[in-house]
Amino acid sequence: MADAIRTPELHLSEGCLSPAGDWTLLALGSHANRLRQELAAAKANRWDLSALTRLDSFGALLLWRAWGGRLPADMVLPDGYATQFERLAAMDEAPVPHPPRVGVVDVVAGLGGALLGLFAHLGDFLALIGRLALDCLHLLGRPRNWPLKEFSANLYKVGVKAMPVSALVGFLIGVVLSYLSALQLKAFGADIFIVNILGLGIIRELGPVLVSVLVAGRSGSAMTAQLGVMRVTEEVDALTVMGISNYIRLVLPKVMALSVAMPLLVLWTSAVALVGGMMSAELQLGLSYGYFIETLPKVVPAANLFIALGKGAVFGVLIALVACHFGLRVKPNTESLSANTTASVVTSITLVILVDAVFAIATRSIGVPL
Amino acid sequence: MTTPVLSLRGLSTRFGSNWVHKGVDLDIPPGEVVSLVGGSGSGKTTLLRQMVGLLTPTEGEVRVFDEPLFAGSREAQRQRRRRFAMCFQGGALFSAFTVYENIAFPLREAGIATEAEIRELVALKLTMVELLPSHAALMPAELSGGMIKRVALARALALEPELLLLDEPTAGLDPTRSASFVALIRDLQQQLGLTVVLVTHDLDTLAALSSKVAVLAERRILAFDSLEAVMQVDHPFIQEFFLSERSARALARAQGA
Repeated sequence: MADAIRTPELHLSEGCLSPAGDWTLLALGSHANRLRQELAAAKANRWDLSALTRLDSFGALLLWRAWGGRLPADMVLPDGYATQFERLAAMDEAPVPHPPRVGVVDVVAGLGGALLGLFAHLGDFLALIGRLALDCLHLLGRPRNWPLKEFSANLYKVGVKAMPVSALVGFLIGVVLSYLSALQLKAFGADIFIVNILGLGIIRELGPVLVSVLVAGRSGSAMTAQLGVMRVTEEVDALTVMGISNYIRLVLPKVMALSVAMPLLVLWTSAVALVGGMMSAELQLGLSYGYFIETLPKVVPAANLFIALGKGAVFGVLIALVACHFGLRVKPNTESLSANTTASVVTSITLVILVDAVFAIATRSIGVPL
Repeated sequence: MTTPVLSLRGLSTRFGSNWVHKGVDLDIPPGEVVSLVGGSGSGKTTLLRQMVGLLTPTEGEVRVFDEPLFAGSREAQRQRRRRFAMCFQGGALFSAFTVYENIAFPLREAGIATEAEIRELVALKLTMVELLPSHAALMPAELSGGMIKRVALARALALEPELLLLDEPTAGLDPTRSASFVALIRDLQQQLGLTVVLVTHDLDTLAALSSKVAVLAERRILAFDSLEAVMQVDHPFIQEFFLSERSARALARAQGA
């Protein structure tokens, strides 16, 4: 077994072709091309396989093809190798069917399929919301059945653990925004308006959207992946069989947790971003901290804060619902898991920005000093 | 004396403060079908994973084809690894690939056969494991338990290994399928002259397949011999494993078959 590999060769003597050495996948490695050419060029109708030291199905296949799919009439075939060629003959009877070619009709069908898939997504998403609403109604009279433990675990995971990263990003954005605005405002001598710009921009718009993007990437993807793997390992099915609603145990706590955690994260991130902006304004424009803090409530009406918190809650619910929707669609293979996780993050970020635009239009007359 | 295909030299394994194996020595000669048996938690699967290099033993050495498993350059290790293959308990088929792509994958990676030849080799492997060509287009999620095992076997055989390692080849199969899968492995082993190492709990499988049995207990190889000889060893574990009433029935059935 451990003996050295003998180089595969093809000898021709007196009109008789005799392959010699090891005709195995391992040994043929670098010689396969040379031997394929030699076999193609060889013109002899007598074969002698007795010089072969080893033959596996790859070696046998090379010979079989050179023979045109049948044993040559005039050949020396040692007993041990006969079964190899019998198997090849049997295989020729039942070839692997080629995958069907892609035609124009398939392209059109694919397009239609994609469109129908979109409708299916919408339908499933509505069904998810409906199921969740029904389950919540069912839970109304049964306070003991609320998944509070899962809720608190999720709140910690998506809220508390997201605080450092959202603070870091918020702080840096605050610094950059303040620095860039200060450069422009200085040119117009409008230094003091930095408080208006930062206050309105961060509290009303940037804080909620920034946190949503972070949370969608961080927690939305994690939720989809978790539910997806639970689908793959049949844990979701096990819950169903036990008569426990997946929606109450898996979806509801996530939605609840994000709807509570998101406004809090928005508050936290906006505050840190304002601190960053304030520090930058002090360094760049010499605006004192005291002036900044004193002016902020005067130029930014409190309504903006409530709009921000409301947006946070809505975005949180959206992200959680989208994440669960895609998580529960995962099929038991790795490709589907990655596709659904990607789709979950992309969809939730897009949806958040769309809904944000709706918010901007709906609240255009509230909280903006004219 | 022929050189062993696989040998373990003074293999010891420690998990935390717990020694699972202590000084395991085992030489597997070519052409044998060796069943590795042992109580639950005796580290059979650990030993199998060490044989293929998925786990590194705490002490000792694994040699395959008379060379240390991890010796030589990257390319040399790759060449050595091509000479053995493993079938995992759950099949471990690539779930994103079809059956065809699963079997073709190692062949494509080896880069020797052309695409047309790969097509024929896959068809050949499918007939070898008694599957139909039409199964090639299926995804692993669409296969039954028995078919998954067969596809896993076909994939393991794709690179024409000399040594085949099987982890619980018949676990999760009903008795009929289990028997037909065992018969398939036995036929292939004889046709291809494979050396096989398998871990099993199933006495039917053990009796039908193995030419030798290695008993793993008390952290070492307690006995390594033919089934009949191993059964004569006077040790509580062996007596209980082979000579209980249930075992006796299974062994009688296998001998009758």
